[in-house]
Amino acid sequence: MSTVTLDEIYEDFEDLQDWEARCDYLIDLGFELPEFPANLKTEENRVHGCQSMVWLTAELNKAHDPPVMEIQADSDAMIVKGLIGVILAIYSGQPPEKVIETDVEEIFARLGLTRHLSSARRNGLFGMVKRIRQLAVEQMS
Amino acid sequence: MATEWNINQIRADFPILSEKLENGKQVTFLDSAASAQKPFCVLEKEHEAYTQYYANAYRGVYEFGARIDEELEASREKVRDLLNAASTNEIIFTSGSTMSLNIVARAWGKKYLQAGDEILLNEMEHHANIVPWQMIAAETGAKLRYLPLTADGQLDLEQLPQFLNERTKVLSVTAMSNMLGTINPLEALSRAAKKVGALFVVDAAQYLPHGRLDLQALDIDFLAFSGHKLFGPSGIGILFGREQLLEEMPPFLGGGHMIERVYLDHSTWAGLPAKFEAGTIPIAQAISLGTAIDYVNDLGWEKIHRHEEELAQYAWEQLQTVPGIKIYGPDLKHRGAIFSFTLEGAAPEDIAQLLNRKGVFVRHGHHCTMPLHDLLNITSSVRASFALYNTREEVDTLIDALQFTRDKLRLNR
Repeated sequence: MSTVTLDEIYEDFEDLQDWEARCDYLIDLGFELPEFPANLKTEENRVHGCQSMVWLTAELNKAHDPPVMEIQADSDAMIVKGLIGVILAIYSGQPPEKVIETDVEEIFARLGLTRHLSSARRNGLFGMVKRIRQLAVEQMS
Repeated sequence: MATEWNINQIRADFPILSEKLENGKQVTFLDSAASAQKPFCVLEKEHEAYTQYYANAYRGVYEFGARIDEELEASREKVRDLLNAASTNEIIFTSGSTMSLNIVARAWGKKYLQAGDEILLNEMEHHANIVPWQMIAAETGAKLRYLPLTADGQLDLEQLPQFLNERTKVLSVTAMSNMLGTINPLEALSRAAKKVGALFVVDAAQYLPHGRLDLQALDIDFLAFSGHKLFGPSGIGILFGREQLLEEMPPFLGGGHMIERVYLDHSTWAGLPAKFEAGTIPIAQAISLGTAIDYVNDLGWEKIHRHEEELAQYAWEQLQTVPGIKIYGPDLKHRGAIFSFTLEGAAPEDIAQLLNRKGVFVRHGHHCTMPLHDLLNITSSVRASFALYNTREEVDTLIDALQFTRDKLRLNR
């Protein structure tokens, strides 16, 4: 589970003046990401479409009522790890229905990610979103 | 025309180099190996063509049409002179090196390659000099072979005899590796290819901005280069082919201008170079490519070479001081001013992104050389490439920005 919530990220971003400061913040977020088990860094868990290596898993925690998605992810690139931090804040701990409903583009736009990320990086980011949504759909069926 | 080497004056020729970035930083452009910036004269020439005499090429007898043709042929002559080709019939305007190499593989390869024939490449080639050959090999049954590289990223010439034989129909090689910076020994390769009767094909896209090549002295059969790497516009490139080869091979694209006569059931082909220039070529771009060639000629190739050699020396020394750096490719004696590297503990994507914050523009990724990255056992690298307008101060900026990168990624702790 991620330690920072989406609301906290919104607040922090508002305090930060420019994109460079936000970029530093994302790197910090990346360093705080929970450790990803090495044995899960498999081809199956790899998210393609990213320039860097990205691995992602999502499981349904049925002990929770209602059951929620627990997402873990990692990358060899720190800025991508920071973006994973944002993704986890958005999705992790949410029930699958909520995951599918969430309008992620609006969130990315509000955080300025849509404007400041290169198209390759954006594609990579949406690659992760697509994978999470897919896993959520699988959990629901 | 050649005058003193004045780097400030040269930089002033390139308007983009004095652009200020959004964060107030100065641009340090170290990605000329991907595409070079354009001097004012090139931009002006393109503008001149569009504003003073633009018309389609080789079609109108009216004044603009005649002027366009004249300008195009003047540019073609400049390319011929640059390469020391025997005739302008051997200079084909294409969209770039990729198209040029595809024409050779498709048009020549389709006619002459057979099952059992061999095409000799190597792992430092750009995808543009691998993929077209793979495609034609799959169609014809010809076999691709790869001359091994030495540990420091040069062609292993000692192994050449084992890879070059009477079955080898093509030896296609880059004059300079776009990742390792390695400058290949074209003379020795040409001699070896000719000995077994193989065609000698050179991808000069990366080399040409740094030095001249003499086609006749090197006995090159086909050569490709791109205008945009030679400070010219994008969208225009050159295929040189020996006249006899171009005469014998079929056209690659069919359409306008490349025909002599079209009937309902067949057509006959125009003479050279039109035979390989189907459709409307990038007209203004082809014209201003000639201006780009004038520009480098006027600066002086010797001076460009000396400047880049000094830069490469300084960059090489300074980059070595960065903790955790691994620079790929051979020593300075065998390379040009292209430095691909990795930093221990840092993803190339992060490095490129953080360097960008300091206004330092470098490329990261596989640089269209996936097989080479496989060989080096890395998925991507960072590449800093230098051109005639770069300075020692920009090397310093790069080194400072790499220190900043290491700090941000907490590699100094």
